[in-house]
Amino acid sequence: MAVRIPRVPVREQDPKVRAHNFEEVCLGYNLEEATLEASRCLHCKNPRCVTACPVAIKIPEFIAKVKEGDIAGAAAVIAEDSSLPAVCGRVCPQETQCEGSCVLGVKGEPVAIGKLERFVADHSFTDKPVGTMSPEGANVSSAKKVAVIGSGPAGLACASDLAKWGYDVTIFEALHKAGGVLEYGIPEFRLPKDAVLKREINEVKALGVKIETDVIIGRTVTIDSLMDDEGFEAVFVGTGAGLPKFMGIPGENLNGVFSANEFLTRNNLMKAFREDYLTPIHAGKKCCVVGGGNVAMDAARTALRLGADTSIIYRRTEVELPARKEEVHHAKEEGVDFQMLTNPVEIIGDEKGWVKAIKCIRMELGEPDESGRRSPVPIQGSEFEIPTETVIMALGTAPNPLIVNTTAGLEATRRGGLVADEDGRTTRPGIFAGGDAVTGAATVILAMGAGRKAAKAIDEYLKSK
Amino acid sequence: MFQILKRQMLTPNICKMVVAAPRIAKSALPGQFLIVLANEEGERIPLTISDYDREEGTVTIVTQLIGASSAAIIAKEEGEFFRDVVGPLGNPSAFVKMDEEALKGQRYIFIAGGLGTAPVYPQAKWLHDRGVAVDVIIGARTKDLLIYTEELGSACDNLYLCTDDGSVGFHGVGTACLEDLVAKGKEYTQAVAIGPMIMMKFATLTCKKLNIPIDVSLNMLMVDGTGMCGACRVTVAGKTKFACVDGPEFNGYDVDFDEAMRRLGQYKAEEAEEKAKYVK
Repeated sequence: MAVRIPRVPVREQDPKVRAHNFEEVCLGYNLEEATLEASRCLHCKNPRCVTACPVAIKIPEFIAKVKEGDIAGAAAVIAEDSSLPAVCGRVCPQETQCEGSCVLGVKGEPVAIGKLERFVADHSFTDKPVGTMSPEGANVSSAKKVAVIGSGPAGLACASDLAKWGYDVTIFEALHKAGGVLEYGIPEFRLPKDAVLKREINEVKALGVKIETDVIIGRTVTIDSLMDDEGFEAVFVGTGAGLPKFMGIPGENLNGVFSANEFLTRNNLMKAFREDYLTPIHAGKKCCVVGGGNVAMDAARTALRLGADTSIIYRRTEVELPARKEEVHHAKEEGVDFQMLTNPVEIIGDEKGWVKAIKCIRMELGEPDESGRRSPVPIQGSEFEIPTETVIMALGTAPNPLIVNTTAGLEATRRGGLVADEDGRTTRPGIFAGGDAVTGAATVILAMGAGRKAAKAIDEYLKSK
Repeated sequence: MFQILKRQMLTPNICKMVVAAPRIAKSALPGQFLIVLANEEGERIPLTISDYDREEGTVTIVTQLIGASSAAIIAKEEGEFFRDVVGPLGNPSAFVKMDEEALKGQRYIFIAGGLGTAPVYPQAKWLHDRGVAVDVIIGARTKDLLIYTEELGSACDNLYLCTDDGSVGFHGVGTACLEDLVAKGKEYTQAVAIGPMIMMKFATLTCKKLNIPIDVSLNMLMVDGTGMCGACRVTVAGKTKFACVDGPEFNGYDVDFDEAMRRLGQYKAEEAEEKAKYVK
């Protein structure tokens, strides 16, 4: 019986130091650490980790290559199923997916699959010039044109597959930089923009994918004009879920109340944290973030880094926090205060209309609701105030209705998601959709999985056309 | 990258630019706005579209020097490029969707203040071209600060100038000019005010008194302009609306102007700090 090696810990920036900077928190494995961690994989015959991965990366196969020291080989294995490994290694909720299914996790610690994926990706950036890889076997001049709307995870995954199969793919992005939520939503300290995201997007461009920024489909140009006037034969809608939700409580329009989207976009896309950028941001000396998902953690940790004493307000308990465990752990280490079983009822302003406090009520867990989570119930008479300068609402997001409203034949659900089948076929032939635009806010990897499925359906559709 | 084809200072701190943006020019309608990002380090600045030329593939914007980001826009010379121009954003003016019959009986009065004069132009022109009765009031502090007088002169039936100091035209503000016109027997079925928030507030109060419906164009703070950030929240008829996707034009009677003015000042402290660094 081989000696069980414990999970190799990953090096991280000291919490006290990183609470004041926007550098990446996790430093990642080096070759030696990665090789050692790779040696822990049992190479199960029926690998549950692969089944649990939304894009079915051949995990034991790439880990075997790492163990042999063949990092380029490992990268090639991952590339068959994922176009954004450096991103996913950093932001996937591994604990509920691959690592959550790892056999080693039953009695001990699962293999650090996410950290290994990240290691492989970071060490395999080819930095190929844009458009240098000609699509396999494609006669490019006669290639059919596909439009991908949105350059987030769903769009990038869909575009990559289609480009690999020889299609002429153009991604249209509404913002001025590509990446969608990876660019505007996820902070630098979790996903470095230039060192990781930009390079990963460049790998997609190297496949021949064109990205046109500053184009809002439904405003600048419609899907119909893309198809009728610009010769696109199929369209993939991967526009995500970008509309912020508010609670509808009194005081939400006071100065100092922001959506997490606004706060994070100012800091991530617009780089407000950097002295040399003009975009202003206001975190105040004390900041309360309402919500318990990854976005809430990102907003809280950003506010903390901007100098605010920060609290998270969440109506359930820590067990129910929907955020990745690692993010909660990191937030705590950095000094974010957690007010659990607490729900805001009103935001109180000063005489000038600025936030001065948030009035909350304590909650207790009642009976489980339809999602199986025990629903929080207010404890009568437990209202109290937390003095604060800013309030950030991180309550989830909904899909933008712009495309549904400007495209005949597309249907949306009551919640605003596009109606689409398992493979991304919408209610209108030739138009496909996937990711948060269909499901409502979910994860990067699920969006990528949906993008890949839709790519397959688009390929079938165009071949049979 | 979007090239600046023409650049002209209209007053010492108001600049008109014609920018090559074929996709936007093709789709733009009166009342819509766009967002300009001058340089990588700049802010995304929403500006109402002041004209568009579908054949030439150009849009016209008019910018006033206020802070560091508007300074970066104005600093660009003819032939230089903006990093980004995106749009058209927001909904077109209400009359764009009205049918010709309904429009025919209308008598429009535009009340334009300062920078807000420029976006009135495509609206007045659109109506004037379709034979709808249009009068326009332009107000400014003094004669030299009036803009778009020539353009608007040919895009309406009657153009009324007014200045706070009486250096030209009516001596007083635009709303006083409107009251004067109505007192002299002018009748209007619809008013549109575009200008500083305080001016639109008073235009609304005046119109209420005169019993004229009024639309106002709200220039709120924005980041993306597509409904994503919610920075442009305004209370309209007691409900929270996003100026970027629900507006930018709203029925003036319903707008909570005091809240809107307060929200416009949300980053004043930070902006003053930046301005001190960049605008000397």
